[in-house]
Amino acid sequence: MTEFTPLTSAFGGMLIGLAVVLLMGFLGRIAGISGIVGTLFSSAPASEKSWRAAFLVGMIVAPTVLFLITGAMPTIDVPPTTAMLVIGGVLVGIGVSFGNGCTSGHGVCGMARLSGRSIAATLTFMATTGATVYLLRHVIGG
Amino acid sequence: MTKILTSFLIGLLFGTGIVISGMANPAKILNFFDIAGTWDPSLAFVMGGALVVTAIGYRLVLARKHPLLAEGFNLPTRRDLDARLLGGAAVFGIGWGIAGFCPGGGIPALGLGRSEPVIFFVAMLAGMLAVKLLETMRSRTANAT
Repeated sequence: MTEFTPLTSAFGGMLIGLAVVLLMGFLGRIAGISGIVGTLFSSAPASEKSWRAAFLVGMIVAPTVLFLITGAMPTIDVPPTTAMLVIGGVLVGIGVSFGNGCTSGHGVCGMARLSGRSIAATLTFMATTGATVYLLRHVIGG
Repeated sequence: MTKILTSFLIGLLFGTGIVISGMANPAKILNFFDIAGTWDPSLAFVMGGALVVTAIGYRLVLARKHPLLAEGFNLPTRRDLDARLLGGAAVFGIGWGIAGFCPGGGIPALGLGRSEPVIFFVAMLAGMLAVKLLETMRSRTANAT
């Protein structure tokens, strides 16, 4: 069980939205995390990589900054096993490469622009994620 | 330098939103999708909050001539739906349902000092690089014939 947190989740979502808007306003870029990672680990020129690297470093230090503000490190719970993290991780990497995006790029940036491609991609991955969780928890694990 | 510092701060804001919202927490992600079991609808509120702010903010920002620190806006222009897009999205969803991390959720989790996000991230990179390798080989074969 995890606690239902509508207010903090909506607040966090609004911060995500604000960051997405600021990245467009300052750098003119879509905040798609898989795209940012993909370009960073490619043969793109250094000028294309530096702001992306800085963005990812900012994301990674976020828990530490929250710790400094609130005095408590955020906690998470990871039910999947190591094997599941590896298999799931590889599939995520393959999927976002072919699908040109993930929850941030398609789910937030693209959906907010009413991009047909992003809406179709988001509906597709939400459906397969739901089906996968159902299979793992209620068919195989149930 | 201004661009890099700005990007760092926006990344920090993005990561903070991810952590506060619960997107970096696989238990919460998996429970959101487990409607038949221990359902936790919180993530609908993350999506809702992010979409409302982005939809309004994009309107205001994209009405300007150009971004503050760049010459133009980089927006995707493709409109066609192809098997590559939908197949990729489908595979991504299967991976997300197995691991509980998506790219945007997994990266801030790297800063928690636990091993699971690192395992996920390395595996995700391996998947991305495998596709890159495959595409390079394909284009080479295509050029050779």
